[in-house]
Amino acid sequence: MSVRVYDLAHARAGDKGNTSNISVIAYSDEGWQVLQRELTAEVVLAHFRHLTAGPVRRYELPQLRALNFVIENALGGGVTRSLAIDPHGKSLSALMLTITLPGHNEQGATS
Amino acid sequence: MARDRIRIGCGAGFADDRIPPGVEIVERGELDYLAMECLAERTIAREALDRAKDPTKGYTPVLLERMEAIMPPALRRGVRIVTNMGAANPMGAARAVRKHARDWGCRDYSCAVVTGDEVTDIVRAHPELPLMEDAAPLESLLPRMASANAYLGADVVAHGFATGADLVITGRVADPALFLGPMLHAFGWSYDDWQKLACGTLAGHLLECSGQLTGGCFADPGKKEVDDLAGLGYPLADVWSDGRVEVSKTPGSGGRLDIATCTEQLLYEMHDPTAYITPDCVLDVSGVTFRQVANDRVALNGARGKPRTATYKVVVGYFDGYMGSGEMGFAGINALARARLANEVVQERLRRRGLAYEEMRVDLIGMNSLHANEAALCPEPYEVRLRIAARTPDRKAAEAIGAEVRSLHMQGPTGAGGGVNFGARQILAVKSVLIPREWVKPEIVLERAA
Repeated sequence: MSVRVYDLAHARAGDKGNTSNISVIAYSDEGWQVLQRELTAEVVLAHFRHLTAGPVRRYELPQLRALNFVIENALGGGVTRSLAIDPHGKSLSALMLTITLPGHNEQGATS
Repeated sequence: MARDRIRIGCGAGFADDRIPPGVEIVERGELDYLAMECLAERTIAREALDRAKDPTKGYTPVLLERMEAIMPPALRRGVRIVTNMGAANPMGAARAVRKHARDWGCRDYSCAVVTGDEVTDIVRAHPELPLMEDAAPLESLLPRMASANAYLGADVVAHGFATGADLVITGRVADPALFLGPMLHAFGWSYDDWQKLACGTLAGHLLECSGQLTGGCFADPGKKEVDDLAGLGYPLADVWSDGRVEVSKTPGSGGRLDIATCTEQLLYEMHDPTAYITPDCVLDVSGVTFRQVANDRVALNGARGKPRTATYKVVVGYFDGYMGSGEMGFAGINALARARLANEVVQERLRRRGLAYEEMRVDLIGMNSLHANEAALCPEPYEVRLRIAARTPDRKAAEAIGAEVRSLHMQGPTGAGGGVNFGARQILAVKSVLIPREWVKPEIVLERAA
């Protein structure tokens, strides 16, 4: 059974230059284990491939049940010169939450 | 003045942030200090252009409106203010405030101005400086440079308050430093007590985006609820002299402040959590924990500090041509096909006019304008909105984009409605360089009634 990141976590996107960073914060310990195991930098890059060739770096903050993804070249050349309607990529957190992960037995906790 | 605890509030997190919650936190927050962060990466370049046209301008345009609302209650309650609304002309900002303050009922106050962040002449003399983005020498940008400002640290903010000022106005100062500055001043922390600098920088990092700590940028109906989002309150920090910090928000205001909102904001605009570089220290948040100690009140723990770097980061603003854009709406049966035809028509008309563009972007709003993958599109929406945007060094070519899109009303596919020509705007882009700290000479200037 697969599960959406949306069901396991909440997220926020920030910008610096042409780099987006997106936090993914688990609602529960069970959700955290799935995210830590399955939501790899490679999975994220594959889901963002239509926006950027990467690279994507992943940082773990287990005491906060949080992952931080740093996604380079994702903001259309940088906030100040991008032609995008969302040059800061504020909406990219929502894209992160649409990723579907495999092999999970619980429905995912809510806040 | 040794104190055991101070309370610092956030009164603005960007230039056009909402003013009423700023007034509310001054009136009800029982604050000692209020910090207002109003300077995005590139806005200072725009302000530098204003100053070039009129030497009395160049500060944040909303300065007077904001200060008229904030200053009278702040002075009445003894809340001392720091803000970077000085932008490209901090002294001009102080003079503009002084000119109007009497009308606002603010007669006796003192204002300290921080100058020296502007380093245009310094970097011009060093064309060899490598750009942080691509390592190319700064030289290529110099002919198009509009501004160059170093991110100063909390030390200059503390020096401003040390003059006894009620109001400290700065240009470019690192956002968290606006909050760390009052702590340095009030507690007399040593500027190389990395542990305390880390605690204060963490507090500043959490507070600097105003409502983003208190339930803004958070609500998702049915999933993540925020009470009274309309009445969202701004955040404040209680800071003790030993570096302990608790964050909270205006009593009785709307919003939500808990571990979830704090964790989202902790990682906001953060890359490597072990090395968040500011002009004051290198902050390591990899061991940070949050503890809910009361409703809407969270204690911070685990910030670690490492020595600051030997350099200041300088943001260089430069002209990068023009951007033109326009939009047109389509609805009903076959709307998507008509929007795509409209795009082809505009492209062909621009081509026949001999206009070429560095980069062009076509969005179908309602389909793929934010980030959707067109290859995985959902069923066709009832409405779709064509948006075309392009960048070019030629202003006239940029203006042609919106004009051609808008003329689709009469000369495009059937049923084209709601067209907008957004015209052309000059692009001010930014890149960064690092310069040795000793090249920068910040000064504190007391501004007095004329």
